[in-house]
Formats: sequence, C-alpha cells, structure tokens
Amino acid sequence: MKVLVPVKRVVDANVKVRVKADGTGVDLANVKMAVNPFCEIAIEEAVRLKEAGVATEVIAVSVGAQACQEQLRTCLALGADRAILVQTDAEIQPLGIAKALKAVQDKVGASIVIFGKQSIDGDNSQTGQMFAALTGMPQATFASRVSAADGQLTVVREIDGGLQTVRVKLPAVVTTDLRLNEPRYASLPNIMKAKKKPLDVFSPADLGVDLTPTVKVLKVEPPAERGAGIKVKTVEELVEKLRNEAKVIA
Amino acid sequence: MSVLVVAEHDNKDLKAATRVALAAAKAIGGDVDVLVAGSGSAAVAAAASKIACVRKVLHADNGAYANQLAENIAALVADIGKGYSHVVATHTTGGRNYLPRVAALLDVAQISDIVAVVDAQTFQRPIYAGNAIATVQSSDSIKVISVRGTAYDPVPAEGGAAAVEAVGVAHDTGLSAFVGEEIVKSARPELTAANIIISGGRGMGSADNFKLLEGVADKLSAAIGASRAAVDAGFAPNDMQVGQTGKIVAPDLYIAVGISGAIQHLAGMKDSKVIVAINKDEDAPIFQVADYGLVADLFKAVPELEALL
Repeated sequence: MKVLVPVKRVVDANVKVRVKADGTGVDLANVKMAVNPFCEIAIEEAVRLKEAGVATEVIAVSVGAQACQEQLRTCLALGADRAILVQTDAEIQPLGIAKALKAVQDKVGASIVIFGKQSIDGDNSQTGQMFAALTGMPQATFASRVSAADGQLTVVREIDGGLQTVRVKLPAVVTTDLRLNEPRYASLPNIMKAKKKPLDVFSPADLGVDLTPTVKVLKVEPPAERGAGIKVKTVEELVEKLRNEAKVIA
Repeated sequence: MSVLVVAEHDNKDLKAATRVALAAAKAIGGDVDVLVAGSGSAAVAAAASKIACVRKVLHADNGAYANQLAENIAALVADIGKGYSHVVATHTTGGRNYLPRVAALLDVAQISDIVAVVDAQTFQRPIYAGNAIATVQSSDSIKVISVRGTAYDPVPAEGGAAAVEAVGVAHDTGLSAFVGEEIVKSARPELTAANIIISGGRGMGSADNFKLLEGVADKLSAAIGASRAAVDAGFAPNDMQVGQTGKIVAPDLYIAVGISGAIQHLAGMKDSKVIVAINKDEDAPIFQVADYGLVADLFKAVPELEALL
C-alpha cells in the first residue's frame, strides 16, 4: 500500500518573522526555510508504517516554487522513496493546493494520505480536510496515535478536553498532531542517497488544475505591541500589585 | 445577507465558543440562524433559541451526528449552508475538523481563525503564530469562516425566543465510526473559559512538580495550562497546551511559571489582560510581555504565592 505525504516549505520555526514596511507581507528574504514541523511528523509516521511492513512506498509531494525541492530532498533523506513537486510561482491557498494534491493522488492511488495538521506560516489548518472532501475520503485529524488493520485505520485524536478514537475506512486522510511521534534526523549517508531518488516535477497545467485564489490579502501588519511591565522583587509585592493595582485577584 | 452559525456542543450544553461565533456573525450583519447538529441534543437547541440575536434554530437530531464525525457534519453543513451568504463556526478542534471539509464541498475558500470582522467580505486573522495580522478579502459567493475563541465577547445567553425548526435529512456517509472518547474530568474551569490561568513550562522540571501549581490554581479558581516544551517533555497532557498549536487563551490574569516565552507560546496567551511571569532567568523573553515579572526560583516562589493568597 502506498502512503502519500504532502509537505510544505515554511519559515524555520525558530525564526522570528518581520512584517515588511510596505504592509504586503512578511519579509522572507534570506530567512532560513524548513519542512513544516507537522509535515515532518507526517513523513516520520509514513516511514514508520513502511518499516512496520504496512506501507510499501512513501511518496512526498509539495506544491510551490522550485525551491520546495530542497524540502522534498529532506523528506527523501528521512525515508521517503520518491517525491513529486507541483511547481508554481503563483500565490496559492489551501483549496487550490488541495485540488493539485487530488490530481496527484489520482495518479498515485495512495491508500493513506498523511498531512501535517497545520502549517506554521498560514496557520490555516485546512488543506488535509479539504483534500479529504475533494477525494471523498474519511479524515482522522489531529492524530496522536495511528494503527492500521483490516483495511481500516484506528486513530486517536487530540480534541479540546481530551482524546477521541475513530475508525476510518481506507483510503483515508490523517493529519498529524504534535505527540504522534518524534521525527528522526537524516543521517549523512541517507542525505547522499536522497540525491539519487526520483523527484518528478509537474506544472498545475499538466495536472489540469486551476490554483487561482479567491481570497485576497489586502495588508499585513505587525500585531499591537505589548509593552513590558515592571519587575517586582518579592512574592509579597507581586500579590499586592495584583490585588491593588491590577485588581485581578480578590 | 444571512449567516449560518454552527453550534459547538456535546449534546447537552451549548459551548460558550458558539456565542463568540455569534458575536462575529452579528458583526457581519443580516439574519443569523444557528444549526445544532447532534443526537439527543434538544437541550442545546433550546439553549440556542434563547439567544437574542438568533432568528431561528435549525435542529438536526440524528444518530449520524451524535459524535460530530466530520464526514457527516460537513455534508449536512454544506447542504444547509449553500442557502446562506456566510457559514460561521468556532475555531475549536471541532470546527477546525469539519469546516474546511464544508468549504471544499462548497468549492469556496475558508477563512480560518478570524479575530475581527472588517465588513461582510473582509476579515482580520493572525498568521505566523500571531507575529503578523493579515487583512483578507474573500470574493467567494459563500464565505466560510472560523472564529477565534477570544475574538469577541460572547453574546448574552438569554433574551431571545427563536423558533426551533427540525431538519429531517440525515447525512450518514458511513466513512468513519466513533470508537470512544476520554474527556479529562476536572473540577477546574476549562482553559478557554477561565478568568485566571496558571501555566507551567520546562522549568517545572517534572510531571510531579506540576502539582505545585494546583495549590495556587485551587485558591484562585484558575485553570492550569502548559507550554509546548512542558507537553513535549511529558510533564503535562496535550490538552493543557497553550500556544500556536494548542489553545489560544485571553484570561484576566495569566501566570507563567518556568516558561521562557517562545514565540509559539506567546501566540497563545499574549492577549491576556494581565500577565505575570515567574522565572529564574532574568533574560527570559517572557518578561518582555509580562506586566509583572518576578525573577525567582519557582520552587520557592510558587509555594510562597499559594500561602499569600
């Protein structure tokens, strides 16, 4: 069985981004880029399914600029067997990405499609669920445990207030939450090997999909700054301030 | 213009997040209807009908909706939502699960996690863990929107008498099945509804040490939260996580204990009214957003705090 893992190239999680002075977006020039952390968890889960003998092939796919090949090579070094890039320089949004991924899925025929639950740039948390809708697949979002048996997945999901377990028929979509696994690091020999693994590039036109967004970004601004307050010296002083100055405790 | 708000509930209680979504719906304008999809959920429909700004409550009560399975709920919401100009839900794990599926079924974009309505087409939402606020405008015929739980004050729970209309149609896709649920039972308030929150970070050192926070939480009737670092280290369960990938909170008082203040954590709590930081590292970034900072060993300061409350 094949596992398809869509991955996104994003700003590295440790970078503090700055809004551009002209308000058109955030400044990404010369900023370190990486595989979105939740997508890394998705790759790890797929590779583990292969190591467990459940999956036969792990395919990483990304939609975006040519530079996304770097992140796809990272996925190949982490254990994916091959990669696909749907290459476009245009602005793309979740629904368009989901449509492009559906076209890829139509070629690949994966039984499990594992997404990250959200990307740390747009913070939308949409693409996996949209892909599931477009392909008519069930979805097990925010997964913290996945087990496969008898053509079904049993997935423990992180929900507000606790955990929920669902069973979904294959083919199915899973989106990863933080605790699903701890991704491995790529070893140097695997990084070298990854350079020789196949990476196919398609254009949206090759796949017959229209990625034109319907949501326009009018402006991007820095959030209202929160000024630093004061330092108190003792717990007594803290309690006194909270009672009499801030008036937030009785 | 008409807005459909999808209720967040557990078949018994209408969650307060729904009333925040209703406040956003009011800001959009036009008639506001509420959809309650559940099973044995008459009490929820009745609660929704009492809210003043609601025109009518659509009540879909069927076994297919009992556990809010995304496949069934999305099919229903898309079916009913196509008659509206806006479909609005909460940006809880519930809304996040089914709403993008609704948007794709309607072939429109979703605008996630809005913090403000500018006009009926234009919304503000945080991106990059709240380090930037984007103003976005949708040209879709139906706007599908999820609302951050701290975006607006909830509309009052009482004051209305809307009609409840039964929706007969059952969308049972059979694609997924509910197996079970483990909801953490706690006498403490929910994180997203608490007036006071005390959170622990990596500095707590162990799951055992997290119990230190309980004494303070008991005295303040506070909820207990955790940073992602503390969750990663296994000190606290994930449903306690506050931050970009956990819960977004804005209580009156947020006490951060042994939390360094990574941007991902700040994203989840920096709209709190008053922030207190207790950390032994005086250079910790958390002090840059704290109204009151105390540079101290938490293992001394927290018991002292408990004693003084």
